[in-house]
Amino acid sequence: MNEKNDKKQLLAVPMGLWAAAFVGLSLLYIIGLSLLTKGEGFSYSPPITLDNYLRLREKQYISSLLLSLRLAFYTTAISALVGYPFAYFISKASPKRRVWLLVMLIAPFWTNALIRIYGWKILFYANGPINTLLKSLGIIEKPLKLLYTEGAVLVGMVYGMLPFFVLPVYSSVERIDWSMVEASRDLGASPLKAFITVTIPMTSAGVMAGLVLTFIPSVGLFFISDLLGGSNTMLWGNLIQNELLKSHDMPFAAALSVVLLAMTAIVLFIYRRQGGEAESMVY
Amino acid sequence: MKKNTPLSKLYITFIMLLLYLPILVVVLFSFNSNTGRTASMIFTGFSTYWYKDLLNPITGFGTQLKCSLEVALWSVFIAAVLAILGAIGMVRRSMGKSLASKITYKAIGAGEQLAMLPMMIPELIMGISLMALFRLFKLPFGKTTLILSHITFCVPYILVTVKSRLVTLDPSLVEAARDLGASPFKAIITVTLPLVAPAILSGSLLAFAMSMDDFVISFFVSGAETTTLPLKIYSSVKVGVTPKVNAMCTLMLGFAFLVVGGGQLVSAYAERRKEMNN
Repeated sequence: MNEKNDKKQLLAVPMGLWAAAFVGLSLLYIIGLSLLTKGEGFSYSPPITLDNYLRLREKQYISSLLLSLRLAFYTTAISALVGYPFAYFISKASPKRRVWLLVMLIAPFWTNALIRIYGWKILFYANGPINTLLKSLGIIEKPLKLLYTEGAVLVGMVYGMLPFFVLPVYSSVERIDWSMVEASRDLGASPLKAFITVTIPMTSAGVMAGLVLTFIPSVGLFFISDLLGGSNTMLWGNLIQNELLKSHDMPFAAALSVVLLAMTAIVLFIYRRQGGEAESMVY
Repeated sequence: MKKNTPLSKLYITFIMLLLYLPILVVVLFSFNSNTGRTASMIFTGFSTYWYKDLLNPITGFGTQLKCSLEVALWSVFIAAVLAILGAIGMVRRSMGKSLASKITYKAIGAGEQLAMLPMMIPELIMGISLMALFRLFKLPFGKTTLILSHITFCVPYILVTVKSRLVTLDPSLVEAARDLGASPFKAIITVTLPLVAPAILSGSLLAFAMSMDDFVISFFVSGAETTTLPLKIYSSVKVGVTPKVNAMCTLMLGFAFLVVGGGQLVSAYAERRKEMNN
């Protein structure tokens, strides 16, 4: 039995080698790269130095990091507050309706994320639908500045991330053993208390997966802030993109990426420590 | 289990409306008769001008669509082979006693962890590190680099879906085939693969969607002459005149409803038949 299994696992070798080359090696390379110095154009060379990391103490980088973390935190919090009841109610809908609600939730994934964000941009224009509506209702006189604000970026980010919170939570609500909730009700818990002390803890795996799936991409997103925030919101991802494509500074872009990678690693480490599995991250 | 109250139904409707609000705007503007520079801002009336423009062989998005499809099909195919083999190899394996087999066991485990990473770390990091790697090996940026990158991020999606199905399989099925004289290879082909076929299909579809929609990684690893659909969309969106893109997205959304909705109907039907058989 053992020997047979020993041989069978060799089937995973091609995948392992692939990952070692394209994931392992490329991540190690970028860490190494972050210690080098920029040369002409895209080139870089030794000496090995920590200068790229020391540069991060400059004010613009610190404020960009804080802005990214703040927006990622808000995005995650809002997605959780809006998404949890949403997932919960979907799972309580009748089976037929549930299928269609899920189809409606998943279908937009098949269109391009960029164009969905662009839909918000159209809505936010000074002479766009929102301002026109508010003006015709007499609520405002001058058009509100909606586009290129932090609020617009936040709307776009929550919009983009919400399904990633809803889907894992939905699948964990689906798996709830409802007799436990009923038992707590029979034992005298109010509906609210049963919800808080029984239902929510039973969905914690989905909630944790949802939080991680929302938070990690939020820190690294750059095209949403690009489209809805313009140059006003320099997120960490925008910095990386700029260093790479405008300044052609590979080592510094690598250092910025390593910082993002380190943040991701911390989040994933906490997730694993709390017993989270990678598997619950796919719905 | 309690049913939804009118209030919770209202909540579902409200959130769904918010989710579809920008999409409705996209669909509306795809029918804009305004063909000038403000075509994405001011709606002047209905026309199908942009759909005709989209289907035009010269100004349309045919080349980009072809590029995206080519990249997605190759990537999903190769990723599926790697991931299916990987999943079969990873499930219910055990560590031998000798030092060599212990090392093999650990190394393969580490390989799987690495293969899962692209799903968990920000796409931006994957994009930049792959770009740096291709530069290091002086690979010219183009379709090859796109496909290599897409395979890398497609693998985890197929691996996870296939593996979670394999775990629930009864191992005695394969053992029975082996006892009846099937070679290990034949047992996999005739017993394991047919049983996990639905998981392979759904994992591959997910990976296909991810590949077709990928912008961030492709942005860093594509060459000047290879433009996938999302890259083309990004440049149109940056310029600001997009009704043609809107028209294409409207068609994509319609297609998505057909595929996802059809898939749900088929699986609901299969479920009902299974229940009736039981």
